[in-house]
Amino acid sequence: MNGGVPVCRLDQIEVEGGVAALVEGAAVAIFRTHDGNVYAISNYDPCSQASVLARGIVGTRGDVSFVASPMHKQAFDLRTGQCLDDAAVRVPTYDVRVDDGMVLVGRPHEEGP
Amino acid sequence: MSTHHRKTLVVAGHGMVGHRFVQAAIERGLTETYDLVVVGDEPRAAYDRVALTSFFEVGADELSFLPAGVYDDPRVRLLTGTEVEGFDPETRCVLLSGGEVVQYDELVLATGAAPFVPPIPGHDLDGCFVYRTIEDLEAIRDAATTAKVGAVIGGGLLGLEAANALAQLGLETHVVEMAPRLMAVQVDAAGGAVLTRHIEELGLTVHTGSATERVLGDDRVTGLALKDREPVAAEIVVFSAGIRPRDRLARDAGLELAERGGVLVDERCRTSDEHVWAIGECAAPGGRMYGLVAPGYAMAEVVVDALLGGPGSFTGADMSTKLKLMGVDVASFGDAFAATDGALELVFSDAVAGIYKKLVVSEDGKQLLGGILVGDASAYGVLRPMVASGIELPDNPEELILPAGRGGAGVELPDEAQVCSCNDVTKGDIIAAAATHGTTRAGSTCGSCKAQTKKIIEDWFESQGKVVDRSLCEHFALTRQELFEVIAVHGHTRFDDIVAAHGTGRGCDICKPAIASILASQINGHVLEGDRRTLQDTNDAYLANIQRNGTYSVVPRIAGGEITPDKLIVIGEVARDFDLYTKITGGQRIDLLGARMEQLPAIWRRLVDAGFESGHAYGKSLRTVKSCVGSTWCRYGVQDSTQLAIDLELRYRGLRSPHKLKGGVSGCARECAEARSKDFGVIATEKGWNLYVAGNGGANPAHAQLLAGDLDRETLVRYLDRFLMYYIRTADRLQRTAPWVDGLDGGLDRVRAVVVDDVLGLGTELEAAMARHVDTYVDEWSATLDDPDKLARFVSFVNAPDTPDPHISFTSVRGQVQPADSDGPVSLGRTIPVGAPQ
Ligand code: SRM
Ligand SMILES: Cc1cc2nc3c(=O)[nH]c(=O)nc-3n(C[C@H](O)[C@H](O)[C@H](O)COP(=O)(O)OP(=O)(O)OC[C@H]3O[C@@H](n4cnc5c(N)ncnc54)[C@H](O)[C@@H]3O)c2cc1C
Ligand code: SF4
Ligand code: FES
Repeated sequence: MNGGVPVCRLDQIEVEGGVAALVEGAAVAIFRTHDGNVYAISNYDPCSQASVLARGIVGTRGDVSFVASPMHKQAFDLRTGQCLDDAAVRVPTYDVRVDDGMVLVGRPHEEGP
Repeated sequence: MSTHHRKTLVVAGHGMVGHRFVQAAIERGLTETYDLVVVGDEPRAAYDRVALTSFFEVGADELSFLPAGVYDDPRVRLLTGTEVEGFDPETRCVLLSGGEVVQYDELVLATGAAPFVPPIPGHDLDGCFVYRTIEDLEAIRDAATTAKVGAVIGGGLLGLEAANALAQLGLETHVVEMAPRLMAVQVDAAGGAVLTRHIEELGLTVHTGSATERVLGDDRVTGLALKDREPVAAEIVVFSAGIRPRDRLARDAGLELAERGGVLVDERCRTSDEHVWAIGECAAPGGRMYGLVAPGYAMAEVVVDALLGGPGSFTGADMSTKLKLMGVDVASFGDAFAATDGALELVFSDAVAGIYKKLVVSEDGKQLLGGILVGDASAYGVLRPMVASGIELPDNPEELILPAGRGGAGVELPDEAQVCSCNDVTKGDIIAAAATHGTTRAGSTCGSCKAQTKKIIEDWFESQGKVVDRSLCEHFALTRQELFEVIAVHGHTRFDDIVAAHGTGRGCDICKPAIASILASQINGHVLEGDRRTLQDTNDAYLANIQRNGTYSVVPRIAGGEITPDKLIVIGEVARDFDLYTKITGGQRIDLLGARMEQLPAIWRRLVDAGFESGHAYGKSLRTVKSCVGSTWCRYGVQDSTQLAIDLELRYRGLRSPHKLKGGVSGCARECAEARSKDFGVIATEKGWNLYVAGNGGANPAHAQLLAGDLDRETLVRYLDRFLMYYIRTADRLQRTAPWVDGLDGGLDRVRAVVVDDVLGLGTELEAAMARHVDTYVDEWSATLDDPDKLARFVSFVNAPDTPDPHISFTSVRGQVQPADSDGPVSLGRTIPVGAPQ
């Protein structure tokens, strides 16, 4: 991806932590994993209908990095937005990249990348 | 007639029992000689009728027994949406609704039963329904979109299921029952009264002893006219006044029927025609019809067996029932009405808690004959097999139904005891399957035997010296207790080191908070310090309790429930200024709800400045120590319970533990502080204090038990320090003190040996650990307010720290805010200016 909106410095996101950002009016949850990757998904948890995913615990299931919703613990694959506990649920993902220590968020993908 | 030597078997009816028949026929090899033609008149393949009410939640696919719509075995032909119109025993032909005629060698009738609709005037008006099929439920759901009030005629098991469904659809719901009580077949008058109270508490209206005279309305239902009662207005009426076997096919063909309906069959389920069999609810073995699925399954197996030349027979069935109706447990088993000569009844009844339990015992007191449980049926798993297998009762049979969950412990079931009545699975079958890694059908039908089955398997593995897997999660093959020790021995302080040395992967929402709690117990640093913040559940991470709309609640500590007027005023002012919903909690303090995450620091600044500190309503840690006014005010008080409650709350505040901890102190035996419903409870005596431990309210209430009596204050605190630290070190994650004590080898005696008699010599170490906690305590909120790094997390958006999250909105109810429901993601639109990051 090129372009994208700068939202914060990488060091503002803890390792295995998340932050919420406003990108073109939408709430986006941005996570940084232990292996150095940065992921962005919608902050809205469709299971609890609250905008909270950035506040979840980040970890792994098998090889998959995921965030557990802070409300009722449903797990979401950070790469695809797929809910790992309910095949019918998925949240949009966003293009994201780090440039010169800055995190930039781009277009959303409703159906995963 | 064709000359092929394969034979044909026709099954009329594809419901629960017809399906089980086909399954058994395939599994046991009957399809090696027979081609099966299975004909069902419902538009879909068989589904789980027992779970019909969950249709609104899970949909038809989830209920289906055969989602693919075909059996794996090509020798089975399934026709749905097709009726068997009749058959001729002479020519052995069945006629199907499409006109097709099928020649059979054997015919199995599995046509089930139909709801009985009493022929009262108006019974066929628009708005009248029955409750049997998915189509019935769809029709009720459609009608409910425009209706407000529904009434069910019939307060039996199925009527209450139907009433539950109407209530779930948001209708004001009435249940009209002719008999003087609900579930008259299963429960007695006292049990029925308790059940009625439960159901009324849920907002339904029950009219027992009411005969419906007519359904009111011209072309649509408008209500019910009851004999000698006011009429009930309703736009939907569901008939659930019993069922009638669907025996028309047999009747038309001239087969014998039972006196009260149903196809008469013998012990092998054969009708009066030797090539025709009947199973399930349409059949009446020995003249009696069975309205439950388990006997039907047994009949299906019997017929397969007979066709294979086996000896099986059906000689009657266990009519025990256990169900959860709208959250209320009801169970009835064996000789529930004490019909046996000389039978005795043991009754436990707690009107306040809504619990009624009755055991029917043989004259000599040695045998359990049956029983009724309403409100708490947890003992059913042990009791029902005791009836079925005639095990001798323990010396104090009343122990089996007394509260506090110890019920039934110590009763060893024999291998022949039937554990799953739906599928006739014994304890021996379950153990045999466990030993060979096989499976049984136990638990797969009504589910009421699941807990018992699980326990049998776990006990068996344990008896084999195998360790039941109690791993914390996929990342740690250790129990919480083992992890606690490993971390202490190695002196770990960081999650990264712990997972690298003792785990795999990068942890999850189970192990991370557990490790955060262990680290907090061992080093008692700030929970948001360093890398520990990312281990915390959201409540600990923001030092507040998340609410359903993503806002948080604020609960300042009000030790012992005592508060000055000035402090009360501050709470009121803060709530008013930040527009927070305010409520007195069940824990003698005040909850301020609806704070946006970014408002929390400003709210707490005000509270801390006024002398408040965190109440730890969010942590797995000490909540409150409830007090009564005690000897300072009360004319009965014998000790100063308020002072002790405050002192204990301040001593143990902030103590992180496997689950939350609650305490209480009462000034005399009248127990106004409900201390015995707490993890630790203290009750004043003339000579000092009695210390009770391991109580709780919540889902499985347990009364705290006496650990030691007439203690002076110093000894009391010493024992409490030891007790709490022993618990913190050895309990499982999310295990409260009562189940922890129950699970310890030796139970409360063991706790007393360690805490009071100090048999492990751990006393001083446990006390020292507590002293360290007390000495290093700091209020988490004031420490957070003093630290810009920690405060940096409290922003709505990292790039727009002061823009309120647009997803959060409120309505006003009774003069205060309440969360508004969300319809999906909200966007502020592109024009909102967003602060550029520095
Ligand atoms: C606010 C309050 C209800 C109220 O409006 O009164 C409440 C609210 C919650 N309770 Fe409670 N409980 C509250 C008193 C109680 C009581 C009564 C008492 O303490 O005397 C009980 C029964 C007594 C007991 O715990 O033994 C109680 C038994 C539970 C349970 C069941 C615990 C159990 O062992 O079965 C849970 C679930 C859990 O902890 O896993 C729970 C969980 C919760 C949670 C934390 C659920 C959650 O995760 O969101 C609620 C959020 C609190 C919040 O502030 O947002 N709450 N809860 C009460 C706060 C008391 C306080 O001042 O801290
Ligand atoms: C809401 C509800 C809750 C229940 N809860 C429980 C419970 O908790 N425990 C319990 O043990 N039981 C319960 N039952 C009863 C249980 O569902 C029945 O005992 C069971 O379904 C009986 O199975 P069956 O195959 O005999 O009848 P059914 O499942 O009714 O199957 C008969 C099938 O044959 C079809 N059929 C009839 N005539 C013809 C024909 N001429 N041609 C073709 N097809 C025909 C019918 O349409 C039907 O599909 C409940 C029932 C309901 C409605
Ligand atoms: S427990 Fe005893 S001392 Fe305390 S308020 Fe009740 S009656 Fe009074
Ligand atoms: S008793 Fe119903 S599933 Fe076992």
